[in-house]
Amino acid sequence: MINMPRKSGKRSESISYLEERLKALEDKLPLPLIEELREKVKGIPLSKDEVDKIVNYVLQEYEKSMVEPGEAVGTVAAQSIGEPSTQMTLRTFHYAGVREFNITLGLPRFIEIVDARRTPSTPMMVIYLDEEHRYSRKKAEEVARRIQYVTIENVAKSINEDLSSLSIIIELDPELLKDKGLTVDHVIKALQRLKGETIVEGNRIIFSSPDITDFNKLRKIRERITSLKLKGIRGIKRVVIRKEGDEYVLKTEGSNLAAVLNVDGVDPTRTITNDIHEIAEVLGIEAARQAIRNEMQSVLEDQGLDVDIRHLMLVADIMTHTGRVRQIGRHGVSGEKESVLARAAFEVTVKQIIDASIHGSVDELKGVAENVIIGSNPVPIGSGLVKLLMGFTPPKKEVETQHGGSS
Amino acid sequence: MLTPEHITKRIGAIEFGVLDPETIRKMSVTAVITADTYDEDGMPIRSGLMDRRLGTIEPGVRCETCGNLIDSCPGHFGHIELARPVIHVGFVKIIHQLLRATCRSCGRLLLPQDEIEKYKARMKRYRERWKALSLKLANMILKKAMDVEECPHCHATQYKIKLEKPTTFYEEREEGYIRLTPSEIRARLERISDEDLELIGINPKTARPEWFVLTVLPVPPVCVRPSITLESGVRSEDDLTHKLVDIIRINERLRENIEAGAPQPIIEDLWELLQYHVTTYFDNEVPGIPPAKHRSGRPLRTLAQRLKGKEGRFRGSLSGKRVDFSARTVISPDPYLSINEVGVPIEIAKRLTVPEKVTEFNIEEMRRLVLNGPFEYPGANYIIRPDGKRIDLRYPKDRKAIADALKPGYIVERHLRDGDIVLFNRQPSLHRMSMMAHKVRVLPYKTFRLNLLVCPPYNADFDGDEMNLHVPQSEEARAEARILMLVQEQIISPRYGAPIIGALHDYITAAFLLTMKSTLLTKDKLVQLLMAGDYRGELPEPAILHPVKLWTGKQVVSVFLPKDFNYTQEASVCLKCNKCTPAKCPVDAFVVIRNGILLSGVIDKATIGVEKMGTILHKIVREYGTDFARRFLDSCGRVFLAFLDMHGFTMGLDNLDIPKEAIEEIIKIHKEAEKQVSKLIDDFNKGKLEAEPGMTLEETLEAKIREVLDSARNRAGEIASRYLGIANEVIVMTLTGARGNILNVTQMCACLGQQYLRGERIHRGYTERSLPHFRKRDLGVKARGYVSSSFKKGLTPTEFFFHAMTGREGLVDTAVRTSQSGYMQRRLINALQDIHVEYDGTVRTAEGSIVQFKYGEDGVDPAKSYHGKPVDLDYILSKVLGDKYAAKIWKKK
Repeated sequence: MINMPRKSGKRSESISYLEERLKALEDKLPLPLIEELREKVKGIPLSKDEVDKIVNYVLQEYEKSMVEPGEAVGTVAAQSIGEPSTQMTLRTFHYAGVREFNITLGLPRFIEIVDARRTPSTPMMVIYLDEEHRYSRKKAEEVARRIQYVTIENVAKSINEDLSSLSIIIELDPELLKDKGLTVDHVIKALQRLKGETIVEGNRIIFSSPDITDFNKLRKIRERITSLKLKGIRGIKRVVIRKEGDEYVLKTEGSNLAAVLNVDGVDPTRTITNDIHEIAEVLGIEAARQAIRNEMQSVLEDQGLDVDIRHLMLVADIMTHTGRVRQIGRHGVSGEKESVLARAAFEVTVKQIIDASIHGSVDELKGVAENVIIGSNPVPIGSGLVKLLMGFTPPKKEVETQHGGSS
Repeated sequence: MLTPEHITKRIGAIEFGVLDPETIRKMSVTAVITADTYDEDGMPIRSGLMDRRLGTIEPGVRCETCGNLIDSCPGHFGHIELARPVIHVGFVKIIHQLLRATCRSCGRLLLPQDEIEKYKARMKRYRERWKALSLKLANMILKKAMDVEECPHCHATQYKIKLEKPTTFYEEREEGYIRLTPSEIRARLERISDEDLELIGINPKTARPEWFVLTVLPVPPVCVRPSITLESGVRSEDDLTHKLVDIIRINERLRENIEAGAPQPIIEDLWELLQYHVTTYFDNEVPGIPPAKHRSGRPLRTLAQRLKGKEGRFRGSLSGKRVDFSARTVISPDPYLSINEVGVPIEIAKRLTVPEKVTEFNIEEMRRLVLNGPFEYPGANYIIRPDGKRIDLRYPKDRKAIADALKPGYIVERHLRDGDIVLFNRQPSLHRMSMMAHKVRVLPYKTFRLNLLVCPPYNADFDGDEMNLHVPQSEEARAEARILMLVQEQIISPRYGAPIIGALHDYITAAFLLTMKSTLLTKDKLVQLLMAGDYRGELPEPAILHPVKLWTGKQVVSVFLPKDFNYTQEASVCLKCNKCTPAKCPVDAFVVIRNGILLSGVIDKATIGVEKMGTILHKIVREYGTDFARRFLDSCGRVFLAFLDMHGFTMGLDNLDIPKEAIEEIIKIHKEAEKQVSKLIDDFNKGKLEAEPGMTLEETLEAKIREVLDSARNRAGEIASRYLGIANEVIVMTLTGARGNILNVTQMCACLGQQYLRGERIHRGYTERSLPHFRKRDLGVKARGYVSSSFKKGLTPTEFFFHAMTGREGLVDTAVRTSQSGYMQRRLINALQDIHVEYDGTVRTAEGSIVQFKYGEDGVDPAKSYHGKPVDLDYILSKVLGDKYAAKIWKKK
């Protein structure tokens, strides 16, 4: 488009040379970097000399930026995440994209991720739709209806107990029924799952059952009827349709990944939830790692905090590298350390020591905390990691003379 | 001091286990049978708790066991023979499990023999490969065995064992609950075979289960429980001693009663009492029993309490150690110091010392220092002779003679002096930049001084902050501090790969004012500035020759840039016009540096600011090294301040004056907003308002009101800043990024806007109203915390109240947040501290298991990266291709 080169022959030659050089570097440089370089020099005529210069320079700079062996990347990651967390807000805010529901954000959400809680305090899904349903609001609504969990309560004007006849009177709301794409028949069908009889009078359903013998039972049955499932997926409390770019996306309050992925019209390749354990179960541990990473990143980004992605990756990796999602804390990573001293120095000191004595554990003193405790010098990390491979025992005499020599 | 040469043995590993009665007796130097400590003469009673054989705590008294003095006697254990066995509280749970999992008559594990064999083989495999898994298996076996009701070996019926917390066991037999005495329990535990124990994760070599029931109690040495003598001469014993006294007293009584053949109930009561005392001796916070108290009512601090918690042995004494050679005082700023330096008061420099070995090269100097002694500044406090003897120079002695006796090989502990390397720290130490190495500058007065540019990494200000200073004592420590921890090595933060040290506040203002197009300097001013920056080269050519020679501010900055430095960047004053015209930018926001000359553009936050990527400083650190970067920062910092001194910069109340028209306009906006809101409320009351999907009516109303009010505030702010004009100091500060933002300006001269509490308009406080000044259920603007006054105008009483409410919320929020994030960081550090990069490039834990095959997927250290990217491609390309590349980027923009 811009700056069309005059000598196109030479240009294509240099491009092929660039490609050739880049190809050779594919196992030396990270792929995103190569891609970025390719993108950046696109449309600029380069001589062979320039290509060489650029490629060598990039290679040299990349090698300069590598981590050094011994680097305490764990501590650096923990600090890089912990330090800005003092600046995070404590409050939950309305989610930027969907004003309708409250989403836990900021520090509480971050702690939730690190804690690997069983369920997030505000489970949420983002459901992408397949090619067919993606572009029209109508089709999206169709899918939304299939997903949203509907109980009788959601379509009833009122559900009352009739104490005189020990029956329950359900007054249905035809508008709500229509909105959810249901008919009275659906409701009756659902009621058939309970033992009992139903009498239909237009929008009014009277339910009675031989099981109902007293008021307590009646109340219990009423509870069951209100929460009787008509359609949808358990756990999905609310579905909202949003337009993102040129496609419609469903956002839900509540999460049930396994079931949603099976729904017609859902694009299972992009649909996500913020429940990490659910992802680990449905999609596997690698997906869980990615989810932890993404969730942490989105919390930090939301707060406007700049933290290098590598730190988050390390946290996600330590949480998942055993194949299960582990908490950062005493019931997870810290509690599963080999060293007794390291565990005792963290939390529940006395229990750790007693258990160790029962099992006859041996602390090999490999980690940082143990070595700080016994006062060894140096602690085996960073410059303290360097060791002589060769055995080194100077003759005793020489040490003495050296000592004496200096006196 | 212990130096590496003195270390003959290193701890290789620590094995944990339970002491068996035999070992306790063997390591004991005496049985303790007297409950008293000292006799009337104040002498320790023999075979009492303060027996001299248990070690010595009084200075000058030799230990009767080892013959050493207080500092070299390690202390020696004694023991108490318990008249009846008692259960150790810590092991109650495992005893319970063992009783349930083994046969009450034959003592075998309650699983069929073939299953035992099967598990045995599996256990062996696991133990070799994965320890954690073997523990899990053991637990599983234990659980399984606990459910069995008939012994598969001897076919005896098993009863349920009930544990009544904390230490009583019952067996649920047909005839009812039968209490198991510790003796019976011990007998049962004895019957369990070693082989079965190994299956349930107990190592019989280190912990035979019968040892969980105590027959002998070790008595810790006196140095573990020292008694203190108060000034009045009254002796006060340690809590442990008190507890041991109780135990011995009851134990003796129990023994006497047994020997006298007392009735069973009495013996049992005493036995129970003994159990109570032993239990609280181990742990005084066991649920279910009252904690043992001191006479004053304070609960005793017994063994478990000594270990537990933040101030316990582990976290308080072992993980966190106290150090010598440290100092703490208030900090104050000194822009004339280098960023690498720290100003140390003379008084502190005289107390902190550095051990320096005397050699033939420094002997004269060392003699001089010794001669000066500890009280005159460049002096010395101690001398260590090669035989290890310390000579204290404080006491009047013939220092001349001592100085003359100095020979190579002596060590002089000399005062801190200029150039020494020290560690400087400010709490909370949230990241590694909270502790950096500085070079000492000994200065008068009593505060530590530091350059303002290092405030961001420490998060320090000078409103009374104090900081700590540590003096490394070994050559290795100093070398590592200098190479790894020096301030200049920490310019780039590993958190985001951009400088964390850099200009802020006044420095940015000054840089902006200096590099503005209109700034022209006469020769004397120019020279003044260059001198402040310690410039030694030739003067640049003047930009204007006639009628007087004048230099631009940009030339001053250029002088300190590397000669081959090229740079292009948008300044933060950029107005973000629709169409960018670099050549004719109204605010000169297009920064171009070619060959080390600042050709156009102003220097502000985007180009030298702190915590920004792609600043001039950032590129300089990467390209020219930390040393150059330090010099650049030092010089520029001083030049900027010198210029600000010359130029003057003040913000006062009149900076916030806006013309009458503006005020009227703002009032109009408020009126409009108020009208809109009352219309919304009207609609709401009449039921005309439609709820938005997924929201209640109230929520819809609030959301709409919020929209209206926020936009009103923003519009008011826009008007105010439009009238303030670009020359206004307030606007200069906000535009350049030196301090404040448009919101602050708005609040100062237009209006504060809506005050939100928990993200909602203020609506609580009194019944159905926020303050008694309003009607109940008033949804109006004023009644729900909208502040239409500005700080300059002043707030009405109700507005003031609302503002105070939000202010308080902020304070509470911060207080809660710090504790929460502090705990999260502690957990993160604890979980991640062992993770490091190995020589093969993998990331591993302390145990050696691999966490990542390549750190961060590309092996790049964020601290060496360019804002997370491995390489700064733009820089490389423009360096190699020159303007050919620059043209492409700018065309894109």
